[in-house]
Amino acid sequence: MSLLSGSRGRFVLGHNEYGLRPDLALVASMVEPGTRLLDVGCGDGALLEYLVKVKGCDGRGMEISQAGVNACVARGLSVVQGDADRHLVDYPDDSFDYVILSQTLQAVRSPREVLLQMLRLADTTIVSFLNYGHWAARWSMVTRGRMPHTRALSTPWFETPNIHPCTVKDFMDLTRILKLGVGRAYGLAKEREVTTIAHGFEGQANLFAEQAVFELLRPEQPKGKKRRPA
Amino acid sequence: MSKAMPAVHELQESLAGPRAVINGGKPIRLESGAMLGPVTVAYQTWGELNADRSNVVLVCHALTGDQYAVGTHPITGKPGWWESMIGPGKSIDTDRFFVICPNCLGGCMGTTGPAATNPETGEPYGTAFPVITIRDMVQAQAMLLDTLGIDKVMCVIGGSMGAMQVLDWAACFPKRVVSAVAIAGAARHSAQNIAFHEVGRQAIMADPDWCNGFYFREGKRPESGLSVARMAAHITYLSEPALWRKFGRALQDRYTKSYGFDADFQVESYLRYQGASFVQRFDANAYLYITRAMDYFDLEADFDGDLANAFRNTQTRFLLLSFTSDWLFPTSESKEVVRAMNRAAANVSFVEVESDKGHDAFLLDEPDMFATVGGFVDSVAREQEAGR
Repeated sequence: MSLLSGSRGRFVLGHNEYGLRPDLALVASMVEPGTRLLDVGCGDGALLEYLVKVKGCDGRGMEISQAGVNACVARGLSVVQGDADRHLVDYPDDSFDYVILSQTLQAVRSPREVLLQMLRLADTTIVSFLNYGHWAARWSMVTRGRMPHTRALSTPWFETPNIHPCTVKDFMDLTRILKLGVGRAYGLAKEREVTTIAHGFEGQANLFAEQAVFELLRPEQPKGKKRRPA
Repeated sequence: MSKAMPAVHELQESLAGPRAVINGGKPIRLESGAMLGPVTVAYQTWGELNADRSNVVLVCHALTGDQYAVGTHPITGKPGWWESMIGPGKSIDTDRFFVICPNCLGGCMGTTGPAATNPETGEPYGTAFPVITIRDMVQAQAMLLDTLGIDKVMCVIGGSMGAMQVLDWAACFPKRVVSAVAIAGAARHSAQNIAFHEVGRQAIMADPDWCNGFYFREGKRPESGLSVARMAAHITYLSEPALWRKFGRALQDRYTKSYGFDADFQVESYLRYQGASFVQRFDANAYLYITRAMDYFDLEADFDGDLANAFRNTQTRFLLLSFTSDWLFPTSESKEVVRAMNRAAANVSFVEVESDKGHDAFLLDEPDMFATVGGFVDSVAREQEAGR
């Protein structure tokens, strides 16, 4: 992936040569090549395939839908049917270098337990989610008096899988409650515009990011320290 | 039923299809320590073996299956038991792969089993046949491949007892197995399943025509015992929703209850038919021996009480499937295996297929199963071609 650099922690994501969706390309850019990882809620396996075939990772997937698992298996990926709430417990401690949860956190029953389980399996997790604090969402809710309906949040409340909507600030609060380390963090808007979320300046990202991607580390671990792959 | 039918042990001698004497005709050592031999394995093949012998798919049949997975069965005249899975353009594509399905050790379709002639006595083994295990079946299959000059299998696949063999293959010969597909299987036979098998065996042994296993001497066959065993087992292959959909409480060929013990209900009539047709093609002693082999299967115990040990450092790619309504080999059994494989960091995929057809679903038209297996086998083949 190419990151076209801008100024003061702002980037525009270049086109991914494998056609990876920009938010997934951003997640992929945060993964060290050749590592062992688990992609939870891997969908049709687009990100996982990229990580395995392009970045040489030893990747596994977990996906709730049969259609998703079939698509992954047909791509040659190793994917187990299961859901984050119930099946992360099946893996031993420290099975992976990374556990990835893209666009799934808000759809799980117990986001807090899922995050802790993920950090049991790996010392680093990468979590991406939709930001309900984006200005357009706020504006939509204030003016319409209804749940936000924006470009990024277009599914009606009765159909969205996101049963635990949150904002960037809400998410940061949870990391503090769980005493999790926060590594790199990015906001993503208009599909490709990336902003680094600087510590103490979440407010700006909370207003302007449609999606957020966070690298979380185990509580006991000093920020930024990364276990090297064996 | 027709008493003019030749005995199964006479019939199997005349069955069409290739046979191989394995281990150079020398006896093989069984897991029990007993020696058995010479051992013949009857098998069927479809498709062409490619030049570097890398396109082999080994199919392991279930308890009452046989090598006739595809094509008209020589005894029943019915289509093969896995026609829906194997064939040109199907999930296991015979235009691309060389598919081989052997009759298992202890079977009664040409492979050495209790109905085969004991070279020491000149008559069928009967219950003088040594007790065999799933591992012995796998060993015999491996020796068959040796005899045919095949080192590696691209995929070993099977359902139910076939899935047990698949797991044992991967555990015992990890370097010979590129990929393994275990459908509706388990790493060990459950207490409930052993119990069901015991009911079947007792039904056979309670039949006076069983004659302690030497019925061929008397020109008899324990047909009613074997038939009852089949009827009891057949219920375990189905599910209540499947039985209800098929029969409900409908009456057979009558409008009112007979107030007797005729087969009033369609479901009774169906089971009787299943039992009666089964005895035409299956040897009662073979049923005893094969069910015993399944009962003894416990891969976890074989690997020091940790199933993960069976799959450590394996390069084999695994696919496991289970069916939602299968209560004989329930999803929990497959998941146990998946968890062990995860502990061993093996490459495993797993799907629970939505079906109300019970354990038998693996033999039936299940599009999701065909899609998953087809995608998996195709990806293994492409990966192998890219790696060459």
